[in-house]
Order: sequence, then structure tokens, then C-alpha cells
Amino acid sequence: MTDTPADIAKLPFEAALAELEAIVEKLEKGAVALEESIKIYERGEALKAHCDKLLKNAEMRIEKITLSADGKPKGTEPLDAG
Amino acid sequence: MAESSPTTNAPELSVTELSSALKRTIEDRFGYVRVRGEVSNYRGPHSSGHAYFSLKDQGARIDAVVWKGVFARLRVRPEEGMEVIATGKITTFPGKSAYQIVIEAMEPAGIGALMALLEARRVKLAAEGLFDAGRKQLLPYLPSVIGVVTSPTGAVIRDILHRLADRFPVHVLVWPVRVQGETSAAEVANAIAGFNALEPDGAIPRPDVLIIARGGGSLEDLWSFNEEIVARAAAESLIPLVSAIGHETDWTLIDHIADVRAPTPTAAAELSVPVRAELLANLADLDARRRGAILRVAERARASLRASARALPSGEAILAVPRQRLDRASAALAASARAGFDRRAIALERLSRRLVARSPQALLASAVARQKGAARSFARAVALDRERRREQLARVAARLTAALAARSRFDVQQLARTAQAQIRLRRALQGAITQRRARLAAAAQFLNAVSYRNVLKRGFALVRDGEGTPLRNAAAIGAGQPIRIEFADGEVTATAHGRARPDSINPLTKSPTASRPAKAAKREPSGGQGSLF
Repeated sequence: MTDTPADIAKLPFEAALAELEAIVEKLEKGAVALEESIKIYERGEALKAHCDKLLKNAEMRIEKITLSADGKPKGTEPLDAG
Repeated sequence: MAESSPTTNAPELSVTELSSALKRTIEDRFGYVRVRGEVSNYRGPHSSGHAYFSLKDQGARIDAVVWKGVFARLRVRPEEGMEVIATGKITTFPGKSAYQIVIEAMEPAGIGALMALLEARRVKLAAEGLFDAGRKQLLPYLPSVIGVVTSPTGAVIRDILHRLADRFPVHVLVWPVRVQGETSAAEVANAIAGFNALEPDGAIPRPDVLIIARGGGSLEDLWSFNEEIVARAAAESLIPLVSAIGHETDWTLIDHIADVRAPTPTAAAELSVPVRAELLANLADLDARRRGAILRVAERARASLRASARALPSGEAILAVPRQRLDRASAALAASARAGFDRRAIALERLSRRLVARSPQALLASAVARQKGAARSFARAVALDRERRREQLARVAARLTAALAARSRFDVQQLARTAQAQIRLRRALQGAITQRRARLAAAAQFLNAVSYRNVLKRGFALVRDGEGTPLRNAAAIGAGQPIRIEFADGEVTATAHGRARPDSINPLTKSPTASRPAKAAKREPSGGQGSLF
């Protein structure tokens, strides 16, 4: 609740997943007060959504670097590796 | 010697002629040779660009030269001590009487030489700390861009792309390079540096991880990846780097430097990305656990709320005790007020009574009363005293009279008692005398009855010895012994004749025995019986 989804949006997948794991463990231990439980539950919701997005939005994109004569990268072009 | 010299027909040659002949012969004969030897005295290319050194083995050495143009094309640069196979031609210097090999091409002499070279480089880079575990970077868990340095065609890139697509679709940037040949090492090194030089937010995204890959091949085929420039470019890479060169058993220099060494290109793809399906499953599982956990949290909270609500007493119950206390207190208040009032009333009553008692009239009355009382008690005391004395006197007189009477009575009694005593004394004396007299008579009678003299009267005699001792047995009498025989009417002395005859004297011996008390009794009367009476 206090954490805006914005800070979660910047989290790398691994960090978000680790935080979600910590939240689930905390909730399962039942050692947190009800109010805190609800708070972290909602944060868990946002973390889960973020992870989901990172996983589901992934798509394969294959490009080849094009090089100038002096060996510097000029740009990219699609690669068909066959 | 003298004999041999004139016989020769050999032509005389000048030194130049000989040297030229040798040069021709040698260069014709050795216009193209392959020679194997160890590089010696190598000090790098000369400032002219040519390289001068020697090739040697155990038994010989030969000078070698690599011209500038050739040197640039060499696949393997000569190194001191390197075993090489050099191809070239032999030339001579007639002016110096020397020959040398001009090398056109040179390659390491077999696997052993390359391995030795590789080992030397490995030791050198290890000494610089480039292989240290502390230098290794962690691969990102979920890279969004992967840079691949490899040939853009062939099985390697296909394997990598397929495996990435299977596990986790991702943005792949391929930097095309030649993976063998003279320029290969420089291209690979340039690619690694080039990826690192990309701006993170530039037109070409900077990869999160690099894969340097090549398929299997001979040691020579993989040699580019043993070049120091490639190793150093990999060591300087700030992007985590996975190497996958050749087969699992092939180790190249870059494999030691890479942050992670994959046995194959496919394995490099696997190490670079997680499996998306597994992550999704894991995420779904975590989410289910999260939902379940919050339900349990809520259920626990609800249960404890219910429990608390049950334990909460009703409003009535809460008020009951205070209310009771209030009632009791108000009752006690009235009672104590009344008690306080009563106590004061009583105190007032008592005080007013005391006040009345202390009034002048009362004091006077009590004084008069006291005085009257005193007079009365005085008169009573006088009367009482008189009476007491009278009584005392009467008592003394009575006791005196009684004493006198008692005294005279006592005297009379004493007289009577004396007279009685006299009578009793007299009676007692008389009684005693009579009694003793009777006893005496009885004794005399008895004495008489038992006396041996009565026996003698019946005709028996008592025999005694000379001293007067009664003899009881005939045996006691010896022959010629004097004896005295007493009869009732008197005594005779005699002398015994002969010894006793038991049978005839038996009755006789009994007789003295029976008469023995009589003998004692007899003596007594003779002692003074008469004087007793």
C-alpha cells in the first residue's frame, strides 16, 4: 500500500521474485499482525503481477550487428540463422 | 704426398668459383625444404620488419630469416623455444662462407608444441591473476539481451538460438566473427570489446551477458581462442561472459578467463537463461501460497475475534458490581449519618446530665445528704461497737464456766478410773496365780506318768556303768566291767560275766530306751523339785 507500483516496476525479476518469496514465507508463518499481513499481501500481489509481466512479455528477437569497415558496430539487421 | 700431387688432373678453382658453385648447388638442391627445429635467439622482428633467429636441434643450428612481408602473414608467430616446422629455401652468403634458411611459412611442430605454448601462456596469465575465482562475475538471473560472439552461420548459432527459444525467449544480438584463420583472434577480441563499448540505452542495446562460442575442432582450429588478445579482451569485459569453445574436453585460454565456462554452445544457452515455464509455475505456486496464507491469517484473526467477543462480559454484568457497591455505599451513608447524629445526641444528653449534676442546688443537696449519711453511719458504728463488746464478754464468760465444769468432771473421772485399775490388777494377779497352779499340777501329773520309775515299779531294772551312765545294749558291757542296776526299790552294784547274748537280752535293751525320758525326769526331782513348791 505504502509502496507504489512504480518502485516495483523497476525491480529486476529476480529481486521481485525473492521479495515475493519472503512475503509468502512471512504470511505462512503467521507471525505478522493482521494489518501488516494485508499490507504485504497487497505488495505480493503487485510483485506477482510484475513478475508475470516480465515472463509473459518476453519474446524472441534475433539480430545481427552490422559492422563498418573499421570493425565498429553500425547497426543491426535481422538474422536468419536457418 | 710428393707422389700423389703430380698425378691429379683436377682443375684449379678460384674461391669465388668454388663459392658460386656451392651456392648454385645448394640453392638448387635446397630450393624448397621443410625443416623442423626449435626457435632460438629470437628477439622479435628487427626494426626493418624482418625477423632473424636460429633453428636448432641437439646436433646443429642453422640461421633463419623471415622477411617482413612473410612475417605479417605467419599464423603462429615465432617464440623463443618454440618447436616449429619451417618451410623455405636455403641461401648462402659466399662472402661469409655462411648459409641460412629463408622461411616462407612456419607452423608449430605438432600438438606437443602447441600444448607447450598454450601451457606457457596459461601460466603467464594465471600469474597475472586473470583466472582468479574472485574476478568471476555472476550471470544475471534473467537477462533481457544476450550478445553472442560467433559465426553467424552454422550449427553453433542455431543450437544456441533454439535452446534460448525453448527455455526463455530473449533478445539476441549476434556479433559475427570468423572463428578460425589468421584474423579470427582479432575479430573475437574486437567483438568482446565492442559489446562492452555499447551504451546501455543506445540504439543497439548493451547485452546483459555475452556468449563466446565455437564448435568443435582441432587444437589448431581453436587456436584463435588461445590468443592472448582474446584472453585479455575477455578478462576486461564488464559484461558477464560465458565461453563455449569446442567440445567439453577442449580447454582454451578464454575458457579459463570466462566468468562461466560452458562445455558446449547449447549448455551456454542453458546457463544464460532460466526456464520460463518453471518460473511461471513457481510464480503461480507462490501466488497460491500467498492467497492461502492470507486466508489463514484472516481466519485466525476472525477466530480470535470470536473468542474475544465470547469472553467479553455483558453490559449488565459489567455494571452489576459497581451498582451494588453504589447501593451498599448509599445505604451505609444514611446509616452512618444517623449513627453520627445519634452519637452526638447521646453525647449531648450525657453532657447536659453532667451539667445538671454540677448545678449549685445539686451540689448543696449532695453535701447535705453526705452529712446526714455521715451522722447516721457514726451512730450505727457506735451501736455496732457496743454490741460487739457485749457479745465478746458473754463469750468469755461462757467459756470460763464451761472450763470450770470440765475440770471438775475430769477429776471425778480420774478417781473412778483409779479404782477400776485396782480391781483389774487384783483380778489379774489372782488369775495368773490360779493359771500357773493348774499348769504346775498338770506338769507334775505328766512327769509322774512318764517317769522311768514307774517302769521300774512294773519290775524292770536300769543298768548303768560305773560312772552312772545308763547302758542300753548288752554289747556295751564288757566282761568284768562293774555295773550298777537300779530297781524300783533301790540299787545294787555288780560285775558282768562274759559277753552279751543277743536274743535273751533283747527285751532288756528296749526297756532302758523307753525309760530314757524317765531317767532325765528322775534326775530333776532329785535336783530340787521340792524347792519349786
